[in-house]
Amino acid sequence: MGSFADNFYQNFIEDNRYEYILNGLGVTLIITLFSVMIGIILGFIVAMVRSTYDKTGKGLILNIICNIYLTVIRGTPVVLQLLITYFVIFASVDVNKVFVAVIAFGINSGAYVAEIIRSGIMSIDNGQFEAGRSLGFSYVQTMIHFILPQAFKNILPALGNEFIVLLKETSVAGYIALQDLTKGADIIRSRTYNAFMPLMAVAVIYLVLVMIFDKLVKNLERRLRNSDH
Amino acid sequence: MITDDYNQKPLIEVRDLKKSFGGIDALNGITTDFHKGDVAFIVGPSGSGKSTFLRCLNRLEMPTGGSIMFEGVDICNPKSNIDAQRQKMGMVFQQFNLFPHMTVMKNLTIAPIKLQHKTKEDAEQQAMQLLERVGLADRYDAYPSQLSGGQKQRIAIVRSLCMTPDVMLFDEPTSALDPEMVGEVLNVMRDLAQVKMTMIVVTHEMSFAREVANRVMFMADGVVMEENNPKDFFEHPQSERLQSFLDKVL
Repeated sequence: MGSFADNFYQNFIEDNRYEYILNGLGVTLIITLFSVMIGIILGFIVAMVRSTYDKTGKGLILNIICNIYLTVIRGTPVVLQLLITYFVIFASVDVNKVFVAVIAFGINSGAYVAEIIRSGIMSIDNGQFEAGRSLGFSYVQTMIHFILPQAFKNILPALGNEFIVLLKETSVAGYIALQDLTKGADIIRSRTYNAFMPLMAVAVIYLVLVMIFDKLVKNLERRLRNSDH
Repeated sequence: MITDDYNQKPLIEVRDLKKSFGGIDALNGITTDFHKGDVAFIVGPSGSGKSTFLRCLNRLEMPTGGSIMFEGVDICNPKSNIDAQRQKMGMVFQQFNLFPHMTVMKNLTIAPIKLQHKTKEDAEQQAMQLLERVGLADRYDAYPSQLSGGQKQRIAIVRSLCMTPDVMLFDEPTSALDPEMVGEVLNVMRDLAQVKMTMIVVTHEMSFAREVANRVMFMADGVVMEENNPKDFFEHPQSERLQSFLDKVL
């Protein structure tokens, strides 16, 4: 066990190497948090455009734009999207890498969130929509009061899953030399020539984060389920 | 049953109403008037267009031709404020369509509060009065899933009534109910007819139509083929189509 303690000391304590992990964790959390926000906003807008078109036939051009967005984003690897965002789109500008990652992952997540939200809206019986409209509520009011609250409850598990995927997907941020959690472990590995310790430590951190988040989503689901029967 | 109301301008004027779905004609030109106090029942074989006709009256289906004047507004005109018109037309669906994420009270009060800007107290007081009328005052804090089919449909009727509409549209209100629950819904509708609520009802309940209606319309092939007072409608059907229809359903 002496060697374990030595290993631990060498990988995390010596030269304050734990800071790679701590700082990396911060970067990962920041990227995930802001990407999720962009993803939700973007996904919500795209979902509304698409389901409005599905329901009323209005907004053909917007719908086409949204379809192209969904096809391109879902049809190409996220690593490539990240590289293109950094080396092509922001090539000539001096820009913060965290910002680039947030934009790239946010736009990527938006495509998946959009389809999740749209599926939630479409899962609500059209009778709900007609009931709202026949009382005199406008399209938007019907969405806000009757459709979206029910849809949100249905899609919460899928939405939670998407955020877990996103958290783990940000581990490719190292491709643009961003020192996130995974990259932090990799830097330690390259310094100490010890792969097991840093990689396992970071794997455990991801796992714990996911479990915490999963628990939060499950709690929210249960609360929403209790609010009706 | 001609009343004084017939001397006034009709509540709803339907002129040459047409509706087709992707080339298939559902309505082939309907012209009729509905007056204040009318209790009009629309019957006919399935596929005859009777539900489509009813749904056109509040533009849940957009007509493809003709016009519908409701209280002086052509609701077929896409520029008309359909939301304002719909607030004055209650609609009751076969599948109830209560809002499952809201209590009965919230189901009843959300439209008056949001659309008519009533205070919560006023809306709830009115809702309680109507709930008492249909015998469901004790279920105000239940969720729709805790109610029986008959209770759901009575709540759905009350939800429309809370907007104090000028006309109530019923789209096969008892077709999704277990037989023992049909009566309680029909009782509510009977009470409504007695207080002179204007009603347009699509139904298969022939004996109820005969009892409550002041006019019965027979639809087939997307037109109103025959119309009469209930007595003559059921006892002296004129067209062969109606005769064979009545033979089958009575």
